Amino acid sequence: MLDTSNRTEEIMKSVAIIGGGVAGMEAAARLSKCGHAVTIIERNEQLGGRLNQWHALFPARKPALPLLMSLKQGISDGVNVIINAHITGIEKNEDGFAIMLNKNRVVTANTLLLTTGFDIFEAERKEEYGYGIYDNVITSVDLEQVFRSGKPIQTAGGKTPKRIGFVHCVGSRDEKAGNLHCSKVCCVTAVKQAIEVKEMLPSSEVFLYYMDLRMFGRHFEELYKEAQFKHSIQFIRARLSEAFENPDGSLQIRIEDTLLAKPLKMSLDMLVLMVGIQPPKKAGNILDMLKLERDTDGFVLQEDQYVSPFKTKIPGLYCAGGVTGPKTIEETLTEARAVAAEISEYLGRRRINYAGQEQYVMEL
Amino acid sequence: MINFGYKIQADRQVDYDAGNHRIFDFVRKSEPSIDWCMSCGTCASACTASASTEYSLCRLILNARRGMEDEILKSVYRCRFCGKCINACPRGVNTRNIVYLMQLAVTKISKHEI
Ligand code: SF4
Ligand code: SF4
Ligand code: SF4
Repeated sequence: MLDTSNRTEEIMKSVAIIGGGVAGMEAAARLSKCGHAVTIIERNEQLGGRLNQWHALFPARKPALPLLMSLKQGISDGVNVIINAHITGIEKNEDGFAIMLNKNRVVTANTLLLTTGFDIFEAERKEEYGYGIYDNVITSVDLEQVFRSGKPIQTAGGKTPKRIGFVHCVGSRDEKAGNLHCSKVCCVTAVKQAIEVKEMLPSSEVFLYYMDLRMFGRHFEELYKEAQFKHSIQFIRARLSEAFENPDGSLQIRIEDTLLAKPLKMSLDMLVLMVGIQPPKKAGNILDMLKLERDTDGFVLQEDQYVSPFKTKIPGLYCAGGVTGPKTIEETLTEARAVAAEISEYLGRRRINYAGQEQYVMEL
Repeated sequence: MINFGYKIQADRQVDYDAGNHRIFDFVRKSEPSIDWCMSCGTCASACTASASTEYSLCRLILNARRGMEDEILKSVYRCRFCGKCINACPRGVNTRNIVYLMQLAVTKISKHEI
């Protein structure tokens, strides 16, 4: 239908983004550049999400901070940011969405993008690995904090660890832990962190206990080879059943060395658990408010994995990033750019005619 | 000795702390490509000695890594130095030289040189 009768000015179309992490910030920057009014709604005090937890990023081991700065730069001009926001309700109406926040605030928007991210597996739940029980068992997230702090790596007793082990797939590929899926990023993170440990403590021995090494991404295999060749990091194909603490605070582990088909025991000074990515629980109530369906793995169900991966059943509601499954930062950024293009296209269709200009006004 | 009709099973367990890693260290010093090994087993599947005996170069490298000298002694002399494994290895590990150096290390150990 050709419509020339409506002689109003173009009105700015609005997007609300829930979750100011990597996906949310990148999508916000792109949408803002396209001329849309963008509001980021962030639960925490600061933007950046998980990126705030990382010191250096795989595979090139670039520091995380410059990326964070560039994402912040991208939204510095014109994007409205609400921090410390708690969503109390979301309504869908004719124009789009009304998002109710604490302090009686309401954000209205024509489209809503969910970039609420993922949760990290709580290592305490694998009690047999001793996190929270043995002092020298830490998680990959804890280790990243040590790197960020610039402090030396030390055991709980203040000693320099001589032997450090990394356990892959903690809370991933483990149906008893409630997660059948592979978290995708922890294999390469383990290799990255092992190299970083070796660089800080060259005389230490570092072991990785893996079920499969999933070095799927570009330059990941090179990183693996570098770990082997440059740093003599040892890869033992095994899955830890249990860790024990020795009286001196060091650890004893027993694994099946599946390549030799023999049980193997060894002592370690420190054990790092590669905690996995799991479907959001904290942000779960937002998903519930919107009655979003979950996929079999607990992440948000995409309308179609290939054709419309960002769409949901609700028109105008999009999802991107970790909310639809484990993703690398690279993949998350790509998704953010793609979803921004898709939202722009969707909003473009709703454009009301310029006076005198002929434009199609399409049905929603 | 009285035969009670049972025997004590040898411990199959790999005790990493008790292992002696001198053979691995000796090999690595002159043949650092041993660290490229990713235990894929292609060498063993190409190896003529592996076809008819318990020998496996892939496992030999692992046993050296774990410090299992007894296991190395059991099979290190089975290699015929034909070199098929070198062509097979996807990582470019200088496999034949590794076996050669392992044999050399065993000789040196017997002479108390390492
Ligand atoms: S990426 Fe690796 S460590 Fe992580 S869940 Fe998958 S296989 Fe396990
Ligand atoms: S050189 Fe030795 S290990 Fe290699 S294929 Fe020949 S017999 Fe097997
Ligand atoms: S083929 Fe090469 S990488 Fe594979 S097990 Fe043999 S030596 Fe190792």
